[in-house]
Amino acid sequence: MLDLLLPLILICVSVIALYRKQDVYGCLLEGGKEGLRLLYSILPALVVLLTGVHMLRSSGAMEMLTELLAPLLTPLGLPVEILPLMLIRPFSGSAALAVGAELMASHGPDSLVGRTAAIMLGSTETTFYTISVYFGAAGIKKTRYAIPAALIADLTGFLTASLTARWLSCL
Amino acid sequence: MMGFIWIILLILSLLAGIGSHRLPELTPAAWEGGKQAVEICLSLAGSLCLWSGVAKLMERSGITDFLGKLLRPLLGRLFPSCAEDSLTLGHLTANVSANLLGLGNAATPMGIAAVKRMQALHGGSEASDEMCRLIVLNTASIQLLPTTVAALRSACGSVAPFAILPGVWVSSLCSVCIGLLAAELLRRFYA
Repeated sequence: MLDLLLPLILICVSVIALYRKQDVYGCLLEGGKEGLRLLYSILPALVVLLTGVHMLRSSGAMEMLTELLAPLLTPLGLPVEILPLMLIRPFSGSAALAVGAELMASHGPDSLVGRTAAIMLGSTETTFYTISVYFGAAGIKKTRYAIPAALIADLTGFLTASLTARWLSCL
Repeated sequence: MMGFIWIILLILSLLAGIGSHRLPELTPAAWEGGKQAVEICLSLAGSLCLWSGVAKLMERSGITDFLGKLLRPLLGRLFPSCAEDSLTLGHLTANVSANLLGLGNAATPMGIAAVKRMQALHGGSEASDEMCRLIVLNTASIQLLPTTVAALRSACGSVAPFAILPGVWVSSLCSVCIGLLAAELLRRFYA
């Protein structure tokens, strides 16, 4: 079923675009350039953060931090390794992508930690960035309950990400 | 904010390195981090390029608009006062359907347009209930096709990059529902 997904998406989207008289190849190239621009903006963030994360890990600080916070996270079913991702997720999209990539690379993308990181990245957003961009553009100064409500949604996303990552391994 | 995090990372590493006598490992680790960042980026480049191309195709071929039409009735109920104004509802559906297809770059400008229009109709510099709901919808990010994450998984050598799809769907659906519920409850405290 999943083996069919990627080829089917590619074929369907391309055929529909052709039917709508779009320049299929041109669109692919144009979008590809946007992908490269995204990569271009991620790379410096990735270098800075991974340098920090690697130093933190090799110094032994990560282990201490993990031991300290394990009693808080394990009852909730969250793998402790995922903590840096949860802390950074609401603030910076590229930094969260960097931390998620590092988790997947060092624990394996199909491990529990790797799957949890992927689901977290897919099901949450850069909350503070979104709020500041949307409300900033419209000149909204009093945000009322937008921030607490969005953070509750993020927290729910974190918890369900770890639950569904476990559930997926049972399938 | 990020500068602050960076400095904390460094100070913690230095202190822990001294404490656990692992100071000599810090310098090689710093080089290793940058190297790994470039490796991840290079392995991500191909799939990210392809998916951004597919995303562009979805936008141009009208798949986003089609999804928007399907969502209209549902969004009309969540945003009753916007439903009366076809322009706002148009921006809203475009924003939500772009998010659903994982087209984050396309979703943001339409979300901004929707909030601007809501502000113009509502007036003042205070967020309305519907604006807060739009924020929750955007920050909880319901994605049908989390393409960037799938690209990242395949770059890291996953056997089935899309195997996380059901997890992302369930997880983001839960967070949107709880977020909207929280907004509904919090609303009573912010008159």
